[in-house]
Amino acid sequence: MSDPILEVENLRVTFPTHRGDVDVVRGVSFSLGRERLGIVGESGSGKSLTGRSIMRLVPPPGRVSATRLALLGHDLLKTSAKEMTRIRGKRIAMILQDPKFSLNPVMKVGHQIEESYRLHADADRGQARGKAIEALSAVRIRDPEAVYHLYPHQLSGGMGQRVMIAMMLMPEPQVLIADEPTSALDVTVQLQVLAILDDLVRERGMSLILISHDLGMVSAFCDRVMIMYAGKAVETINARDLDKVEHPYARGLIASAPRLGDDRPELPVLQRDANWAK
Amino acid sequence: MANDVTTAARAAAPGQIFGAEFAYELIRFLGTLALTLLGLTFVTFVIGRVVPIDPVLAVVGDRAMPETYERVRQELGIDLPIYQQFWLYLTKIAEGDFGTSAMTSQPVLHDLFQYFPATLELATAATLIGVLLGIPLGVVAATHQGRLIDHVTRIVGLIGYSIPVFWTGLVGLLVFYAWLGWVAGPGRLDIGYDGLVEPVTGLITIDSLLSVDWDVFKNAIAHLLLPASLLGYLTLAYVSRMTRSFMLTELNQEYILTARAKGMPERRVIWRHALGNIIVPLITVVALSYASLLEGAVLTETVFAWPGLGQYITRSLFNADMNAVLGGTLLIGTIFVCLNVLCDMLYRLLDPRVRP
Repeated sequence: MSDPILEVENLRVTFPTHRGDVDVVRGVSFSLGRERLGIVGESGSGKSLTGRSIMRLVPPPGRVSATRLALLGHDLLKTSAKEMTRIRGKRIAMILQDPKFSLNPVMKVGHQIEESYRLHADADRGQARGKAIEALSAVRIRDPEAVYHLYPHQLSGGMGQRVMIAMMLMPEPQVLIADEPTSALDVTVQLQVLAILDDLVRERGMSLILISHDLGMVSAFCDRVMIMYAGKAVETINARDLDKVEHPYARGLIASAPRLGDDRPELPVLQRDANWAK
Repeated sequence: MANDVTTAARAAAPGQIFGAEFAYELIRFLGTLALTLLGLTFVTFVIGRVVPIDPVLAVVGDRAMPETYERVRQELGIDLPIYQQFWLYLTKIAEGDFGTSAMTSQPVLHDLFQYFPATLELATAATLIGVLLGIPLGVVAATHQGRLIDHVTRIVGLIGYSIPVFWTGLVGLLVFYAWLGWVAGPGRLDIGYDGLVEPVTGLITIDSLLSVDWDVFKNAIAHLLLPASLLGYLTLAYVSRMTRSFMLTELNQEYILTARAKGMPERRVIWRHALGNIIVPLITVVALSYASLLEGAVLTETVFAWPGLGQYITRSLFNADMNAVLGGTLLIGTIFVCLNVLCDMLYRLLDPRVRP
């Protein structure tokens, strides 16, 4: 592993409630080099909030704290809100789950891609337009000139997600956080979109954090996998060693996944242990 | 990937059939207008004829000779069956004859042309004030949810709703006209300025600009300011509450997170992306409140001696002046239908999802 690009140490996300503060992410640590890290966990395990706190986009009244949260040695927790807008998009970008909701419905997709470029580069409209069309063909959209003028509701899910990828990769960020990028897509389109994402990330030497609940998908596309449970990173393991995972939650998950040629009449159900959440 | 081209083709199509589309829309508009007005006329007409008032008496007074009474009764067509009366009324309307007002002894159409511009001027000024202040206030309240400015906006809005306008009107006149002298008093102009400018549109502010008479313009504005602000305050209260609630919904949408993740400054996220998405529901809100102001604000008009539609129709009602009431009702109906169509067109312009 090369020099760490992103360092996260003892990350906590806290939400105040009527019955006192609730820690939703409880001391997650990892470091990210020029690699692809998968974060896997069930709903509510804190994987999305981990991604968002790196971008400092945890919605209020949530609070983020960490012993260290640094991008290329630069402390993100001490960065001003104004400076943060120059880091978001330009250095760390994020792809969200469902393009039906994550694209602005009243703006042409071309303009949204352009906007993402012009926020970080000093370019006039004409240049930005050329760049946007280039980006659309980079995500293998066949008729980029026409798609440029479409609105999000005129796109299929797969196309929408490719537009999203094009938009987020436009300012060439060093780190890309993909938060369930294919969960809202048809199974047949999922692989297509993942392949595009994978190609672009490799081509540009970006670091990728792939957040998902799909253990199989993550292990196929990532170098390392971090398994989260109840706000904690319970285990981090190389993707190809996944079957050697030790934590009982991860073992239970793997055991309960169906396999081709399975001769088990019934899949085992995950037996939870209250100790895991401590 | 195969559907790239077909989607693109679909998007290109509307431009080519725009002409046919427009003709269809025009026919639909005229149809809606005709049907709405027919229904309105019928209902108002029937109510006007069924209520226990005597339209003849309204014209001749209660000391008229029986012969006079009978003659007027026949002139008005009251002796005919009601469906014939209705038909008679319709054919006359088609010729542009709305009858004569018993109260002013002028053709109703002439009266409406005189009273409506006063209402139009007041309602438009009030709506402009309410919208230009209400929308930013609502946006700021939403982005500062639960903080001081949000509570201040809420209280300001609540006061706007709950204090009756005849009270704020009188107090406003006392403070800003009698004590401070910042604004002019009741009426549309000081007597000295009356009739100085040629009425073209009937809106004194516009007419004085057309004839480049700054004195009249200033005086008209001074008279307009207080009643328009008070009515505008009501609009502001409503518009800012609605803007706040639309905004709160919108700010929780995923595309706002996308915009922030792109590195967009918060100001642009709010004023361009979020506001851009609430314009369409806001248009509905504004149009509704504008339409209700165009009906005339009886209380405000009374307090400020503003010769508007609300006063005219109310007085006609008390005087059993059915021609005037029917004429006024039809005018209001026309305004509602026109505003609705205007809204439809604006939706299409601003929201790509409802474009044909």
